[in-house]
Amino acid sequence: MKVSAELNRFGKLRVGDELPQRAFECGNVQLMLYNAALWNGHRIHFDEPYAKEVEGYPGLVLAGPMLGDWLHQCVEEWLNEDGRILSIDYSNRVATYVDEKLFSGGTVTAIRAESGEAEVEVFIKNAEGTVVTPGTVVVRFGEFW
Amino acid sequence: MSVLSEDLLANIGRCSEPRRELVTRRDIRKYAVATGNRQRKYLDGDLAPPMFHVPLFWDVVELDQLTADGVSIDTLLPKFPLEKAMAGGLNIDYHLPVRPGDWLTATRTLTDIYEKVGRSGPLIFYEVVMDVTNEDDELVIREKTTRILR
Repeated sequence: MKVSAELNRFGKLRVGDELPQRAFECGNVQLMLYNAALWNGHRIHFDEPYAKEVEGYPGLVLAGPMLGDWLHQCVEEWLNEDGRILSIDYSNRVATYVDEKLFSGGTVTAIRAESGEAEVEVFIKNAEGTVVTPGTVVVRFGEFW
Repeated sequence: MSVLSEDLLANIGRCSEPRRELVTRRDIRKYAVATGNRQRKYLDGDLAPPMFHVPLFWDVVELDQLTADGVSIDTLLPKFPLEKAMAGGLNIDYHLPVRPGDWLTATRTLTDIYEKVGRSGPLIFYEVVMDVTNEDDELVIREKTTRILR
């Protein structure tokens, strides 16, 4: 474990602080590489005629855990080695598709001064602003891997 | 009337065979690239990003064990009386870092089955906990998946 360089950052943290938003747009190639990395052969992720004609989706479906990964990235980029993720709780609520414009973000909702920890509500939203993947992340400042 | 029989509930506590896998730099790099990660330590494979346990322990089955839509059947689960899967959730605790060269072992346990009544009828919830431990038997990651069937 390493000790964070900016020790004072936790002291400046306030409930309501917002995390920088990040845009995500997953194309065919990225989705294929993701599912290949998992060894996930589910046809809705790569077989477009099957996804549309048999399952009735408007396009190739993004794999749920990839959006979960993006929530982690949103928090880790904000932490910037001033802290680490202790835990996450999230759920995939709305299906998302290849080439769909999505974005991540979050808000600090609680600060636990005694443990150097904070709770952050995070989200992936679609272009309409609907939360497709909500989550809660607990982070601890002052240490990172 | 409950949709959950005593026989079905008897599956609570069932465990999978432990699975042991080696973490490699190449697999970390592939996962970091595929997820659009922008941090150098992950792209170079020096450290595994959070959720790397997902590809590491995704079930590797032979082709004839995949369903027609390309999904592997989860042998830990019993046959449920409701089968349409709805949104589920994931809860992950990170205890220790994961690096190339680590041998990790995952054990999955069906920890709960319960029902609730939704607007459209009964819903079945089940929970699977996956514990990932290292060679010193220390807990590295605990992941709890909750799934809903209707």
